[in-house]
Amino acid sequence: MTRIAQLIPGKHPATGIPAPGNSPARSDADEVPAIAVEDLCKKYRTHWAVDDVNFIVPKGWTVGLLGGNGAGKTTTIAMIMGLVVPTFGRAMVLGCDMAKDRHKVLSRMNFESPYVALPGRLTVRENLMVFGRLYGVPDLKTRIAELIEEFGLGDVADRATGRLSAGQKTRVAVAKALINDPDVLLLDEPTASLDPDRAEWVRGRLRDYQRRRGATILLSSHNMPEVEQLCDFVVIMSHGRVVAMGRPRELAERFKCRDLDEVFIHLARVA
Amino acid sequence: MNQSLNRIAAMTARYYYILRSSWLRLLEIVYWPAMQMMVWGFLYTYLYQSRSAMADTAGLLLGAVLLWDVLFRGQLGFTFTFLEEIWSRNLANLMMSPLKPAELAASLMLMSLIRLLIGTIPVTLLTLLLFGFNIYALGPGLLVFFLNLVLTGWAIGLVVAGLVIRQGLGAESLAYSIMIVLLPLCCVYYPVEALPLWLHPVAWSLTPTYVFEGMRAMLIHGVFRTDLMIACLALNAVYLGIGFTTFVLLLQSARHKGGLLTMGE
Repeated sequence: MTRIAQLIPGKHPATGIPAPGNSPARSDADEVPAIAVEDLCKKYRTHWAVDDVNFIVPKGWTVGLLGGNGAGKTTTIAMIMGLVVPTFGRAMVLGCDMAKDRHKVLSRMNFESPYVALPGRLTVRENLMVFGRLYGVPDLKTRIAELIEEFGLGDVADRATGRLSAGQKTRVAVAKALINDPDVLLLDEPTASLDPDRAEWVRGRLRDYQRRRGATILLSSHNMPEVEQLCDFVVIMSHGRVVAMGRPRELAERFKCRDLDEVFIHLARVA
Repeated sequence: MNQSLNRIAAMTARYYYILRSSWLRLLEIVYWPAMQMMVWGFLYTYLYQSRSAMADTAGLLLGAVLLWDVLFRGQLGFTFTFLEEIWSRNLANLMMSPLKPAELAASLMLMSLIRLLIGTIPVTLLTLLLFGFNIYALGPGLLVFFLNLVLTGWAIGLVVAGLVIRQGLGAESLAYSIMIVLLPLCCVYYPVEALPLWLHPVAWSLTPTYVFEGMRAMLIHGVFRTDLMIACLALNAVYLGIGFTTFVLLLQSARHKGGLLTMGE
């Protein structure tokens, strides 16, 4: 079992591969990782939803958390966000234990999840205004104008969020997730309700943001081509445990599959 | 401190936006207390004009109804404002933001106060206009009564909000029903002496009892009972502390139990 103490910040836990090309993680090798998950376990009554999960996400990396329904992805992400307290182990973000000190780093994080909605009665602009103030964003009006333009929300900026289409709501949710220029971004199926064109467009925005800010992104997705496009590294979970991790191409080679889709299906059937 | 105030202001703005988004919601805040006041107001008029012994108690009755409504609406305003977060599946967004539990509680209190003023002021004016009963004749004492009742409403609202976070929307009905437990025990319409002796300690452990006893002393004898109000404020400080601690503990418990992310589903 990989233990967090043995992991080298700035390198991948399983392979030791240094951070990719233009990633800031290479120069931040001495710093604490953006996310460190150590012996993480969560038990609900008699069921272990997450069972001894270990991985790190160095700063500036985009890591995909994959797995079938009930694999433990959402619980793992919820523990990384500090919304769920682990039964054992810990989830650290930017060096802070999220079960104990989450308020020290919450202003440097953000997230988007299909389980969560923005208040439907508020307009897009009002929602961004409220969350911008909660995150203490300086020069908020300018930031909101930037996001509205970047996400093509100009036509609906003053419309109630609840009246938007699913795709528009997702774009607003991603805009909200970027409002504070987070160092760490957690995304739970960020393109789930988008058509392929819009999904590609959102992926482009996320890629741009990651490159511009050197941000760290942890995302869960069922869309394997998306993961291959976006992620430097993937962690695959099944029944609450990590069953494989590595770069998307390497995993395909390791399991003698054509792509990540096949790897996912192979691991799901084996599990 | 500045950031904290900014977050409280952000949350208050969020609740203001909701209120502003629908005139029906605004109407609803005034509608219930106004209808209730009409019923009691007509009874007040009937009793006042009758020559029975009940005529002297008519003012007490109406005063009690108005003050009970302050307590009830104070708690309801707090809890309903919080429930908006659950209904809109927004709680996890807030819990993941830098907003702290104390700041959330402060913004709920502020909004409860705003809702209370929107609901109460027109109704008290209506009462004066239609039935000639002037609650403002209680003078500055009215402010102390109001403050004490609002503080109690917030303390109860904090516990209900905590239970909803811990137990989910199954605990939602507590928002409506919890205050009814207090109604017979805190002597809204009758003095403490009307209760059996063994219930007296229970009645005096409840803060609204002090307010309603104080109101009766004022309306019947024209005396402002400072002793009662100081005791009430002290008790309220304790209950508010207990309410907030319970809220934080239940929130913490919900983080252990899981489900904050999917709250409202």
